[in-house]
Amino acid sequence: MNFLESIRIAFRALAANKARSLLTMLGVIIGVAAVILLVGIGTGVQNEVTGSIEGLGSNLLFVLPGQYDAAGGGQPAPPSRRFTIDDAQYIERRVSGLDAVVPVIQGGATIKSGNRSMRVIVAAATEKGSDVFSANLIDGRHYRRSEVQAASRVVALGASVVKQLFPGQDPIGKSVTIQGQRFTVIGHYEAQGGGLGGDQDAQVYMPVTTAQRVLGVDDIGTIIVKVSDPEGIDRAKADILRVMRPRFGDEITVFSQEQTLGILSDLLGTLTYMLAGIAGISLLVGGIGIMNIMLVSVQERTREIGIRKAVGARTYDILSQFVIEAVALSVMGGVLGIAIGWGGAEALSASTPVPSEVTLWAVAMAFFFAFGVGVFFGVYPAYKASKLDPIVALRYE
Amino acid sequence: MSHASTATPRVVLETRDVTKTYFLEGIEVNALRGISLTVREGEMVSLMGPSGSGKSTLMHIVGLLDTPTKGQVILEGEDASTMSPNQLAELRNRYIGFVFQSFNLLPRTSAQANVELPLIYSGVSAGERTRRAKNALERVGLSDRLGHFSSQLSGGQQQRVAVARALVSNPSIVLADEPTGNLDSRSGIEVMAMLQELNAQGITVVVVTHDDRIARHSQRVVRILDGRIQSEEIVRDRIPAAAELRDLPAEEVAG
Repeated sequence: MNFLESIRIAFRALAANKARSLLTMLGVIIGVAAVILLVGIGTGVQNEVTGSIEGLGSNLLFVLPGQYDAAGGGQPAPPSRRFTIDDAQYIERRVSGLDAVVPVIQGGATIKSGNRSMRVIVAAATEKGSDVFSANLIDGRHYRRSEVQAASRVVALGASVVKQLFPGQDPIGKSVTIQGQRFTVIGHYEAQGGGLGGDQDAQVYMPVTTAQRVLGVDDIGTIIVKVSDPEGIDRAKADILRVMRPRFGDEITVFSQEQTLGILSDLLGTLTYMLAGIAGISLLVGGIGIMNIMLVSVQERTREIGIRKAVGARTYDILSQFVIEAVALSVMGGVLGIAIGWGGAEALSASTPVPSEVTLWAVAMAFFFAFGVGVFFGVYPAYKASKLDPIVALRYE
Repeated sequence: MSHASTATPRVVLETRDVTKTYFLEGIEVNALRGISLTVREGEMVSLMGPSGSGKSTLMHIVGLLDTPTKGQVILEGEDASTMSPNQLAELRNRYIGFVFQSFNLLPRTSAQANVELPLIYSGVSAGERTRRAKNALERVGLSDRLGHFSSQLSGGQQQRVAVARALVSNPSIVLADEPTGNLDSRSGIEVMAMLQELNAQGITVVVVTHDDRIARHSQRVVRILDGRIQSEEIVRDRIPAAAELRDLPAEEVAG
């Protein structure tokens, strides 16, 4: 008997029990749809996060006080000494090939204008901050070198801050209060959307010297270094470490953008695999459902098997008939599941901020996994059917 | 009805001292105790015996659904007694057409598809299958029932579909196991008339029955008792089923 004939027989049998076939497929449909949807969300989040980091530029180095291990994990030892603005200036003087060395402070603060207020993140740097922050000005200007030197109370606002404090108005030249001190708004930024480490649009930008006074600190958090030539990033990293060793010993860590990206990407990749695994379990349960129904079906059709054997069906013919039936169930369930999962992922990213991206890889994996489930869980019932004694099978009532 | 031909037809099926022993709940059952039987081409033979005589076991062995414990079964010159289940399946497909007491048609399947079934397993192309199935159904007088499901056919019609299925692969032997057992008397006679007619066309028929009257439709009756051949006889007053049908009361014909 040829293969095509086996497929026709299998589909005729499935069509004879439509409701049962559909319910059996439902397990696989849900499993495959879950795999597609969850992996889609995982991939979408991964791409958005890595995209937002890459948006900063690939030639940035992050200099942090304290010791972090190579993978960036583990509990960092508390730094014995934090950075000051002087440390940043020291790097700038001693290391060549750098476009900008920017001391950065980040901290929470409350901003007010009239009776409106909101919690914001203060992102403070020198006049070169615009080189290392990814936000783009819509209107107004950045703070100047002189304003950094004088610790002037000038501020540029993120998009949500403008929306909250000055709805429908031009904020430039307006005055706001941050931590009780008056500031003049000199510029504002276009919206960037949610990103890593919270809403970037809820940031306000001010000179680092001003931020030290407002937040009441003498030190700074991080030094961000922009290297002129992306090729020279390893050399710059080594130079910075060498220059800073006498001041900090081992209590200093330099991360490159690529490292940060790699770590995050690994983390999110693991998360995606985890989601796929969880969804895979439901697919497995769907497969067990197929096996269950196939066993019932073999039992019910014992007589049919007997008839087929009596007229000349060999073991292989019966085996392939039932395996194909199981595979047909799982593959049809797989195709429907892919359609539903894909549609669900598209609908999700269209109607919610949750990003999702269905990759061909996930579709192929889900399909072949469904196929494998059909074969794996179909073989045992089919084997049982093929081994039936025709005499016993023909007598079966 | 005596065919006084001088040349002896060739042997289609032969069993040589066949024994079958099996264990039923630990107790040894000697179902067959040395059966030697010869069926020649064009014969119509009945294997007759009461229930428990071993005739069903013999039917299974002759039909290659089972193998003997001892002895040989030779079908068309091939020794089937030590063959694997798959080899037996191929021989059944090629040489044997079954007609069962309970029809054994596939449910929810058309008459034509049922008749095509043996041809599927011998690898006949779809077009050729259709042609041969239609032809076989025509021979049993059901060419107007090709697309009917078994559930839409009467018992007699179902058994005729089964006969068509047995014929379709041009087997060496049509093996009928109590073919009238589940039928009313008229349908039973119709089926016997059909088997006689096919036999008259040269097809070898073996009927297994417990009913002496059914057995007397054959040319030869082999009586089985306690797993042995008790007697073998040529039927002197063979019943012609076609004439029997004509003699049935008119109201039954109408029914």
